[in-house]
Amino acid sequence: MAKKASSSTRKTKPPPAESGAFLWTRKDLVGLDELSAEEIVHILDTAETFKEVSTRSIKKVPALRGKVVALMFFEDSTRTRMSFELAASRLSADVLLFTSRGSSVTKGETTIDTVRNVEAMGVDIFVIRHGQSGAPHMLARKVAASIINAGDGQHEHPTQALLDVFTIRQRLGRLAGLKIAVVGDIAHSRVARSNIIGLRKLGAEVVVVGPPTLVPSAIRAMGCEISHSLDDILPQVDVINMLRVQFERFSSNLFPSVREYSRLYGMNADRLASCRKDVLIMHPGPINRGMELTSEVADGPNSCILQQVTNGLAVRMAVLYLVSRGRT
Amino acid sequence: MNDLLITNGRVIDPASGCDEVADVTVARGFIRAIGKARGKAKRTIDASGMIVCPGLIDLHVHCREPGHEEEETIATAAAAAVVGGFTTICAMPNTHPPQDNETAILYVLQRMARASKARVLPVGCITKGRQGEELAEMALMLDAGAVAFSDDGEGVAGSSIMQRALQYTRMIGVSIMQHCQDPGLFAGVMNSGPVAVRLGLGGIAASGEQIMLRRDLELVQRTGARYHVMHVSTAGSVELIRQAKAAGLPITAEATPHHLLLTDAACMQFDPNYKVNPPLRSFDDVQALRRGVIDGTIDCLATDHAPHAKEEKEIEFALAPFGIVSLDCALGLYAKAMVHSGLLDWPDLIARLTVNPAAVINRPLGTLRQNAPADITIIDPGKRWTVNVDAFASKARNCPYNRWRLKGRAVATIVGGEVKFQR
Amino acid sequence: MRRKLTAEQVQVALDRLYRAIEKQLPSDCRVAVIGIRTRGETLADRLVKRLRRVHPQLDIAHGVLDITFYRDDLSRLRGAPLVRATEIDFDIDDTWVLLVDDVLATGRSVRAALGALHDFGRPKVIRLAVLIDRGGRELPIAADFVGQKLSAAPGTRIQVKFRENDGQEGVFLNKKNETPAR
Repeated sequence: MAKKASSSTRKTKPPPAESGAFLWTRKDLVGLDELSAEEIVHILDTAETFKEVSTRSIKKVPALRGKVVALMFFEDSTRTRMSFELAASRLSADVLLFTSRGSSVTKGETTIDTVRNVEAMGVDIFVIRHGQSGAPHMLARKVAASIINAGDGQHEHPTQALLDVFTIRQRLGRLAGLKIAVVGDIAHSRVARSNIIGLRKLGAEVVVVGPPTLVPSAIRAMGCEISHSLDDILPQVDVINMLRVQFERFSSNLFPSVREYSRLYGMNADRLASCRKDVLIMHPGPINRGMELTSEVADGPNSCILQQVTNGLAVRMAVLYLVSRGRT
Repeated sequence: MNDLLITNGRVIDPASGCDEVADVTVARGFIRAIGKARGKAKRTIDASGMIVCPGLIDLHVHCREPGHEEEETIATAAAAAVVGGFTTICAMPNTHPPQDNETAILYVLQRMARASKARVLPVGCITKGRQGEELAEMALMLDAGAVAFSDDGEGVAGSSIMQRALQYTRMIGVSIMQHCQDPGLFAGVMNSGPVAVRLGLGGIAASGEQIMLRRDLELVQRTGARYHVMHVSTAGSVELIRQAKAAGLPITAEATPHHLLLTDAACMQFDPNYKVNPPLRSFDDVQALRRGVIDGTIDCLATDHAPHAKEEKEIEFALAPFGIVSLDCALGLYAKAMVHSGLLDWPDLIARLTVNPAAVINRPLGTLRQNAPADITIIDPGKRWTVNVDAFASKARNCPYNRWRLKGRAVATIVGGEVKFQR
Repeated sequence: MRRKLTAEQVQVALDRLYRAIEKQLPSDCRVAVIGIRTRGETLADRLVKRLRRVHPQLDIAHGVLDITFYRDDLSRLRGAPLVRATEIDFDIDDTWVLLVDDVLATGRSVRAALGALHDFGRPKVIRLAVLIDRGGRELPIAADFVGQKLSAAPGTRIQVKFRENDGQEGVFLNKKNETPAR
């Protein structure tokens, strides 16, 4: 946090003229698939603005004062929920929290009924985490309030991908022309899908890495390469995004053992040595230390894992702010 | 005096090769003559500019009764049938309880009689309770009025029980209708492929259908039993059937309107009205299916009309049940897929909806020959109309064709000489 | 759109504004010049450059304020143009703050800016400098330093154009009160 008392010199470019500037108009953010490259960049640029808010002594702006943000978590998630909750608070919104454990969902109420009931309390923005792919899309068609997808099934996790892209842009200064490896359980990962979509739209190359049981060949249609060998691609890439291994996949026979997986696809100091010197190591968290990443990699200078978390806040503030403005 | 006279229509009867402008005379529920009408009739329908053909037969309808009357009943399905131009529908046995015994078969026939619309002919289960373990009493069900046997909803997984079922139906001379799907490869909610991967939805691989079909073809070869492939959905299946027919096996097959018209790309919006089993496949599969219909590899068309309550389909894609309804509008859909696209002429389309399915169920239906039951459909082939699901006679609305513009539809449906529907 | 001040007249107003500020500069505490985006930022840039050139011994901090989130008409605006960062990377506690904007009219922008500044700390003094005071106040707010007073009819809009932003220099009168610049 910069609180230096000095004659600061400003590093800004001259302010652009206002006319002809891009205007955000969407009321929902259900996925990156629907967004244009211009819209994605608009979110990232807006997030730059919000980064500054977190450096103030009073870390709050009144952008969403009087608005109600309902965090509807039909599936467990601690960090995404906290990130959204803090983001909404920093925008001065009132925050409602719903988690499905012990709520009406277990009594057989449908998702749409649950959301409509909460909407009737006067909610402006819903942040939806749901175990079913497409649940936020269904809701966006049926409720008037804004819908933000905080992860749907194995489909998309747009704010995670946005914060990943934001962090890459911050660290490496650009996206176009970069080559990014996404490593792990691609088949079941919403983080992977949103990353592939977002990175491709912004001109980066993506290679997905993992065993064939976790990397469907049809993913090529999304514009990425496939590799089954982590060692082969390490020297070629600028960024390595290690996905979290879900242990339940192991029981469904998608890979034989944690040990074997870690040997083939884990990131360690030896592998880091074969990478470019300034390679960026990312992980959406939470990390299984020693499995996807060894501690020396996770905590080393190439890692930007904590930066991702910090940036997540700014990105989510930007998304909350933008969808609140996008209502027609 | 005759009961009914249909004058001046283009009479198409693929069973007899008839295609000419003529009058059709009906008396006491049977076809009396085709040609220039003689004598008077109690009722006359002017069919100028229309097609007059045997009543259409749909081999594959889920009536949901007994068990799920909130979704559909035998009466509402029969009503939707005559609106759509169908004089006969086959009721699938995956009811609750399943149609796996004589009494259940008689129940369907009794409800059909009470509804007094289309003929509703029951298909019995192959195995007790559709459990795939013990053979159901197929001979007794046949005696009660069952027309074929199927565990539809699922295929018969065990090879040994399937072999016995075929040996048994070979003896009693009826068709087994198989829903080809290997249960071990059934782990998804839509076609496996690029769209499913993009949407993060579990995929149902084409190989799951083809693996069971391959096994069954082996068993059919060994037993010589008649075998009908339900709702063929993949290019690979079409080719397997083509080869089996060339080898002389007693195989028949059906395709649905949705597999002839829609691809898995329709699922992009997560609309559960596009969720169906077998799933909508790729464009290549659709093309192969159409070719199969053209060359007769696929000899029947059937709707797989699968009604569901509104709230069941207004949920998350993966949680919603499989099924599409189309009885009310199927004829226009078939015409769109096969006739207006220039692939088939009306007589060939009508053959796949009349004489061919009649042969699968061993019934003297699907023809306008003299003394055949007077099941007749009058079609206005040029009529342009818009699908409106809210006007369906079916109870269900889980139909992806709402607001589709179609050309050609039934204007009158006559069952056993009685006009059951007329526009 | 009618021209109210030429480039030369703008320069005269600027000089007047600069001299008024210069006279009141404190010597006993830190000074911060904070411009309100977008034209206020440009104006603050010019003032800071000149102050630093003439008074190199002074410690003058320089910041930019984006008041979008603090506007009282935020919920009435449609769509979201890019909001640019507020750049105040210094401590404003016990500082003599000069808030700078191009035009003072209703006073609502200034109210929003005061609210925003409040979130950064507690300045010793806040003074307001504007190039043009066109009247039409809706809030009890007044400028401490004014370059030029103009009277404009209600429903019209006074627009300042700067070389850096607009490629030309001058003050103009718009007949129709368009959506205020964000």
